Amino acid sequence: MKAVCWNGKKDMRVERVPDPELLNPHDAIVRVTSTAICGSDLHLYDNFVPGMRAGDILGHEFMGEVVEVGDEVSRVKVGDRVVVPFPIACGECWSCKHELYSACDNTNPNANLLEGMYGFSGAGIFGYSHLYGGYAGGQAEYVRVPFANVGPMKIPDDLSDEQVLFMTDIMPTGYQAAERGEIHPGDVVAVWGCGPVGYFAIQSAWLLGASRVIAIDRFPERLALARDVGKAEVINYSDTDDITELLKQMTGGRGPDVVIDAVGMEAHGTDLMAWMDRAKQTVRMEMDRPMVLREVIQAAGKGARVSIIGVYGGFVDKFPMGAFFAKALTMRAGQCDVQKYLPRMLEHIQKGEIDTTSLISHHLTLDEAPRAYEMFCNKEDGCTKVVLHP
Amino acid sequence: MVMATAGAARSQHASSATDGRNVGNAERLVSVMAGGALAVYGLARRDLRGLAIALVGGELVHRGGSGHCMLYDALGVSTADGHSYPTRQPRLTGDAATVNARKAVKIERSVTINRPRNELYATWRDFESLPRYIADLESVTDLGDGRSRWVARVPGGKRVEWTAEIVTDRENEVVSWKTVGDSNVAHAGSVLFRDAPGGRGTEMKIEVDYEPPGGPVGALTARFTGLFGQSPDAKVREDLRRFKMQMETGESASTAGQASGRQS
Repeated sequence: MKAVCWNGKKDMRVERVPDPELLNPHDAIVRVTSTAICGSDLHLYDNFVPGMRAGDILGHEFMGEVVEVGDEVSRVKVGDRVVVPFPIACGECWSCKHELYSACDNTNPNANLLEGMYGFSGAGIFGYSHLYGGYAGGQAEYVRVPFANVGPMKIPDDLSDEQVLFMTDIMPTGYQAAERGEIHPGDVVAVWGCGPVGYFAIQSAWLLGASRVIAIDRFPERLALARDVGKAEVINYSDTDDITELLKQMTGGRGPDVVIDAVGMEAHGTDLMAWMDRAKQTVRMEMDRPMVLREVIQAAGKGARVSIIGVYGGFVDKFPMGAFFAKALTMRAGQCDVQKYLPRMLEHIQKGEIDTTSLISHHLTLDEAPRAYEMFCNKEDGCTKVVLHP
Repeated sequence: MVMATAGAARSQHASSATDGRNVGNAERLVSVMAGGALAVYGLARRDLRGLAIALVGGELVHRGGSGHCMLYDALGVSTADGHSYPTRQPRLTGDAATVNARKAVKIERSVTINRPRNELYATWRDFESLPRYIADLESVTDLGDGRSRWVARVPGGKRVEWTAEIVTDRENEVVSWKTVGDSNVAHAGSVLFRDAPGGRGTEMKIEVDYEPPGGPVGALTARFTGLFGQSPDAKVREDLRRFKMQMETGESASTAGQASGRQS
């Protein structure tokens, strides 16, 4: 089959590889009909995630048709059209039984590597480095899906691929970010990053009771989506040198009640500290560039909730602990427990409460993946989201 | 000194002295002198490497002064004279003495498994079934009279074998064993089972004391190879992880044999 393989920094190739096979009794094989490039794939593309090996197949946002199932698979059958959550979860451990699917105990065969870095390992993830299990991803014609009784969800025929594809990651990820902001009625929610996850966090914030949603980015096409589809008030941060002050002015001097970091470890910034972070990251003195993390904490109002959904991988410098402490903030973070949210996401799509299609800027073939990565990484051609059709 | 390491009942640690001393008198003197010299030399260099040397020297002085060596502690080695420095007296229980405490390396690992205690105990106690759950275990044969013959694969395609004799067996609580007779790896071990709080299943704790082949050098090698995930310690951890996966899900997570761009 054809698959999108990582071969090094900014070196993606479409290669001929063997077809996947059933390896375990709970496995299914899915013929991929649609797969997307995620913003977090760009962290791999830019080689900021350790544990990659040349030849790894990427892709953790994918859906398709079940073509083969293992002996123990009962929830889906051959012919079913399914979406597949990006974290692989066993459904049996204490974490899974408590809907913390992204923290599953049993699906990372390389758990010892992550334990070394983080103390504990969470779930395995499709196509996301050997730290997360080294599972082959879904930017391919076929993919092996372990624990098929827990992950894949059958999709009604009347919904198109592009309507439901983002249930696999970015839609519930944005929703979880808003939910972990614990929005109370009347709250002002500020979202840093209007990429795909920010886009869904904005829409979810309204559904969860926000009175106002303010969105921050610098790319016009993303800000346009946040404004026109997300109905958010938007800030282009390159137009201001003091986000905290601007947000104060917009909120009667209080600052936002909920701040969401939908950017993560490869944040961009223009001030001196941002350039220091970039330099330190380049020479591996600092793993993550935490400009947005610092900014959300600085801008957060008193008693605010800080929700981190942008990906961080390692250590950050100059975390503003004083501000965090003095303002009595609460911070929550985490990979999305996609399995938990699937039924709710399907319902929001069916009722038309969350728009899942306007952000797609490019439909391409699998062969065009290397160019698509480049375009998405450089935000060329108004690229907001790429869907590949194998 | 030989001590009994019969599972749950044992409270002895490999570092033998209760006051933390595990370095002999003569060695302490040498340690202080050598350490002092290194510290002076290192500080005189006035560079980073010098600082590192000085720090090592300082540790040697401290080691000599206190009689406690962190490295010996980690390796389970002691050169302290049991008469000069009061050590915890080993309980000798005749035939149970299996592992030389001065040479023993201790492994302790715990895992919580979301299954009932009786189920986990029953599975573990059925030694002959364990190769189904523990990948590197090739076979276990019940020899009767509480004895069993174990064959395991080790890195490099070699095999090690041992005969284990049950020392303690309390249903749903503990199984402990020691090796006897013709065994490649002399060791004593135990597995304890207890209910985890809040309906989290069962906490399983495994303890193994073994004598690394090759004495302290062998122990050092085992620690060093631990960096690459091959030490006995890492192996026990992985075995427990796999056991948990099998008991909770019925399979062991794997990507072995999957497609990648490396095979084409």
